[in-house]
Amino acid sequence: MATLETAPSTGASLRGARLPRYAPALAGALSIIAAVLVGMLLSWSIAGIVVLAVLIDLIGLTTWSRLVENARAAKNRLVTSLIWTSLGIAFVPLASLLYEAVSKGGSQINGRFLSWTMRNVVNEPGGIYHAIIGTLLITFAATIISVPIGLLTAVYLVEYSAGSRTASWIRFLVDVMTGIPSIVAGLFAYALFSLILGPGTQFGLGGSVALSLLMMPILVRSSEEMLKLVPSDLREASYALGVPKWKTIIRVVIPTAMAGIITGITLAIARVIGETAPLLIICGATPSLNYSLFHGQMASLPVFIYYSYTQPGQNPEILQNMAWGAALVLILIVMILNILARLAGRFFAPKSGH
Amino acid sequence: MAKSIDVSDLNIYYSDFLAVEGVNMTIKARSVTALIGPSGCGKSTFLRTLNRMHEVIPGARVEGKVAVDGQSLYDASIDPVEVRRMIGMVFQRPNPFPTMSIYENVLAGLRLNNKKLSKSDADAVVERSLQAANLWNEVKDRLNKPGMGLSGGQQQRLCIARAIAVEPQVLLMDEPCSALDPISTSAVEDLIHELKEQYTIVIVTHNMQQAARVSEDTAFFNLAATGKPGRLVEMNPTKKIFSVPDEEATEAYISGRFG
Repeated sequence: MATLETAPSTGASLRGARLPRYAPALAGALSIIAAVLVGMLLSWSIAGIVVLAVLIDLIGLTTWSRLVENARAAKNRLVTSLIWTSLGIAFVPLASLLYEAVSKGGSQINGRFLSWTMRNVVNEPGGIYHAIIGTLLITFAATIISVPIGLLTAVYLVEYSAGSRTASWIRFLVDVMTGIPSIVAGLFAYALFSLILGPGTQFGLGGSVALSLLMMPILVRSSEEMLKLVPSDLREASYALGVPKWKTIIRVVIPTAMAGIITGITLAIARVIGETAPLLIICGATPSLNYSLFHGQMASLPVFIYYSYTQPGQNPEILQNMAWGAALVLILIVMILNILARLAGRFFAPKSGH
Repeated sequence: MAKSIDVSDLNIYYSDFLAVEGVNMTIKARSVTALIGPSGCGKSTFLRTLNRMHEVIPGARVEGKVAVDGQSLYDASIDPVEVRRMIGMVFQRPNPFPTMSIYENVLAGLRLNNKKLSKSDADAVVERSLQAANLWNEVKDRLNKPGMGLSGGQQQRLCIARAIAVEPQVLLMDEPCSALDPISTSAVEDLIHELKEQYTIVIVTHNMQQAARVSEDTAFFNLAATGKPGRLVEMNPTKKIFSVPDEEATEAYISGRFG
């Protein structure tokens, strides 16, 4: 027992000086006040004041911690602050983009904007119904084309290839495909359909083909990762019940990975729905509504935004405002898709029973 | 219905690596055969060759003969899927299907094999299998809850129920209790006692008391030396193995002395 009582004096104590829980908040508040004061005295811009506040906070909190606590705690505080700073920096473009789109595009959105087309509309605000329909149809068809191919490729890679040379070649080619510039995909589709259907053919399905080229590698890699996560225990359990391999994949492996696969599909859609260059080439642009993917030029939101901003005509104000409205609609479509995918993911996710 | 298994001159390979060598063994119908031996001696590998689960691992293959009631399992004309329907398996870690409810898990083997079942037949199969697995009373009020929500011991008994729902003739168990607490272990052992009335059971276990408690016959596997393939040292009635084994090595292993 004697040793226990003398333990604190030999340095084995678990106690040590700690900063109060509110220390980071206090340091942050003080740094902001100090930075604002200095900035106002020297009449700096907001950006300068923010940078100064962050610097004061980083140095101040770390020094305070070093004086009161110990070197490890000070390092911890420094790195924690750096991580929060990075998070903040990452959020700046996102917040600014959303702010711009909402403030400039929000006022545009009304019934007329969402239900009219631009056919025979001159020098007055029209609508983007034709572009919304075009974007939805083209992206939907691209998804229909690329999901089966992408998912089946992933199934082959995970379930059937077993580290063969073919598999590593496929992986390599898929990685190369990830890096294809979107305009090249557009040119490919344009060239392909020019050869098949005659030179200069422009139609919606061609755009879908171009977009599916961009979606496929994303789908293959994300589905592959998700299928790999399915424990081999489950496959063996299924085989041991006398279930054939193909049925094991369809009824056990894919359902278990479904939530992740759906997330991958959504990410791939979000990646291509804003593509402008390929659609510019292969779908063309039109002010009219076109429901047919197989015939005639087709409008889409990104192409509409591009033309409205670069060639706004005699009354630039009108079309440029409409471009902002269309941009906001595009963001909203992606957001709604994400929410739907999350709901679907939750629906399909393996149940834990709690 | 239960079948006996004859194994002769069985060599088991992973690619070029000979894992188990020269096994000769007869497993009696309607009895429990325990496989014991140190880790890495090939007990589980051997067990998996009995229903052709071994070849699921890329590069794995066997030489020799495994015959179930005279039918050689490794004949070219044999469909491994049919073999696995006849010879069920329970794994070391409980592995219920996470996307399915308790009810669907029990029926998985039948449903995935396209058996058309009426609702009343399906209910009957579920109740009978869960009764046989000693799980019915614990889960009968929550059959539509996910199988993953059960405790580890319950999950393992659910996996046993799933395995016997397809009415196999042989049941292979690969350390079915190694992840379970003593109470669940005892429940599974009681279950094995009941199941052997109808099924031929082969169980791999690291627990020698368990082998002594549940089995009629015991086979002792060992490595000849480090890096050498595993082999069957001795197979005898359990009573004899645990009292007067034929081999010195068996005696040493069972009494806790190696080598």
